Amino acid sequence: MRFFATFRIALRALRRNKLRSVLTALGIIIGVGAVIAMVGIGNGAKAQVDAQIASLGKNVIIIWAGNVTSGGVRMGQGNAGTLLMRDVEGIAQEIPGVVAVSPEIGLGGQVIAGGQNWNTRMQGEAPEYFTIRQWPFMAGMSFTDQDVRGATKVCVIGKTVATQLFGDEDPVGRVIRIWSVPMVVVGVLAPKGMSVMGTDQDDIIYAPYTSVMKRFLRTSNLRAINVQTASQDLLTPVQRQIEALLREHHHISPPKEDDFTVRNQEEIAEMATATTKVMTLLLAAIASVSLVVGGIGIMNIMLVSVTERTREIGIRMAVGAHARDILLQFLIEAITLSSLGGILGIAIGIGAAKALSALAGWPTLISVPAVVVAFLFSAAVGVFFGFYPARKASQLDPIEALRYE
Amino acid sequence: MPNVIQLADVHKTYHTGEVDVRAVRGVSLTIGSGEFVALMGASGSGKSTMMNILGCLDRPTGGHYLLDGVDVSELTREQLADIRNTKIGFVFQGFNLLSRTSALENVELPMLYIRDHLQRHNVTERATRALRVVGLADRADHHPSQLSGGQQQRVAIARALVNQPALILADEPTGNLDSRTSIEIMGVFQKLNDEGITIVMVTHELDIAQYTKRNVVMRDGCVVSDVIVSKRLSAVEELQRLEQDHQAVQLTS
Repeated sequence: MRFFATFRIALRALRRNKLRSVLTALGIIIGVGAVIAMVGIGNGAKAQVDAQIASLGKNVIIIWAGNVTSGGVRMGQGNAGTLLMRDVEGIAQEIPGVVAVSPEIGLGGQVIAGGQNWNTRMQGEAPEYFTIRQWPFMAGMSFTDQDVRGATKVCVIGKTVATQLFGDEDPVGRVIRIWSVPMVVVGVLAPKGMSVMGTDQDDIIYAPYTSVMKRFLRTSNLRAINVQTASQDLLTPVQRQIEALLREHHHISPPKEDDFTVRNQEEIAEMATATTKVMTLLLAAIASVSLVVGGIGIMNIMLVSVTERTREIGIRMAVGAHARDILLQFLIEAITLSSLGGILGIAIGIGAAKALSALAGWPTLISVPAVVVAFLFSAAVGVFFGFYPARKASQLDPIEALRYE
Repeated sequence: MPNVIQLADVHKTYHTGEVDVRAVRGVSLTIGSGEFVALMGASGSGKSTMMNILGCLDRPTGGHYLLDGVDVSELTREQLADIRNTKIGFVFQGFNLLSRTSALENVELPMLYIRDHLQRHNVTERATRALRVVGLADRADHHPSQLSGGQQQRVAIARALVNQPALILADEPTGNLDSRTSIEIMGVFQKLNDEGITIVMVTHELDIAQYTKRNVVMRDGCVVSDVIVSKRLSAVEELQRLEQDHQAVQLTS
């Protein structure tokens, strides 16, 4: 039998019972719509996290003082005072593959500039820090190695701090006071947005680490060390070498636990995406259930339809239809129903995702593979759930079918 | 005259539960090309079973059935479907048209299932021609619900004709129609028969059987009588007579 003719028969049968067809397809529409919207939200969240991870910098390894997992008790991370400048020098000089190292030391407090004040954090870093984090300047420039050597009172400020203290004015060359120490602003960093941890990365002041050590904290204990490797492949080997080096420096041998924590960018990325992955999977699973429910709805209606049209089946068989023709007719009807449901569902899913990002401000990202898979899956649902009713129709006895009232 | 139907000792036994029902018990019958046969009998006489076997909807459990020279007793379900498609045209008591489908498309239906692609040409044209033969060319786009019973049966006859079958099988074709429409339908059959089409019709109405050429009566699964109709009625003449009677009634009142 001609495929096109069969398709037309199926379409007509569906059009004949418009309301019923729509209600039957509704399960698939909602199912596919939910899958598309959920995957869209999941992908959007993932893209956001990816962007945040990229904002960490390029090929970054971070060493924190203190052990995050010490005996199950979280130590005051970064305040253990176990990282020293000799560790930094060791990493920079002894480990191949390391291209940049920046010691980190930090404090919080109130900054005052002109009539404005603002509560923020200040971090001591080396000038390499901005290379490690791939952080461009929107005005001015970085402090220099000379500033580090001289522990000069200069600083670089983030976009948020610049806006809070200076509004639209140019902060470069202006003086800000932290803990009553005047610092000259030499540069303003381009905005980076939210960090993986959800903090504002632009709400910060950077100064040479020597300045922070000498003029503010009067300590040489580091909070962290930022390291950049030459390539992504070197992240893990360099990380291993850093761990070995620090254990040697700190005289740590098993069973003593490390007094530092090393994480590379890939690990941080994995940790951050783990949640979104689970969330996406969970949402997709819930949505898939509604697809299956939709499929059962189609099966139900197809069974009713076969019973209703028993006589029609008998007529078709009497005039020469093979069992296969009848099977195909009902199968195509089920597939058409589920595929149209799928297409409508995709449209509604995309619409819902767009509405969510517009109303709730959630980032959504519609991926083409998800749309294609959703469509194919809805067609497959039609095949799977349409097969039994179609087979039942095709196995009818023409004599019985013709006699059916 | 070549034989369209040749039945040799055909049996049909239904195995339902513990009792075997012997619906047809050894029927031998030959129907030649161009015949017009009425198959008659009371209910339970086995004529419906006979009809199903003749229509290749069912297979005999014993004996042989040659349709148009082909032994169909041993064919598969699919082969029987093809035989029905090409060699048999069905007309049913309840018309059995597809509802909400135009007359033309109803007539096109058998052509949808033609296996031989070469034969599948001019579908609409052939359907229109078949409708013209039964005098319904002007109702081609009407749905069954918009047609009278007689018109619906004409569409069914057109559908039976469209694949140029060797045989038209009619199962109580006038059973749902009033007497005048019944005569009209018999007129259509007579006209087709005059053009050389073989028709076998199941009926229990004696007067309807008088329009055919040969009456076969069944009882208890056997043929008990097989006679040529001596005083054959002509549907055209009967309709004219009805018309005159009708006018006479109008004149006297």
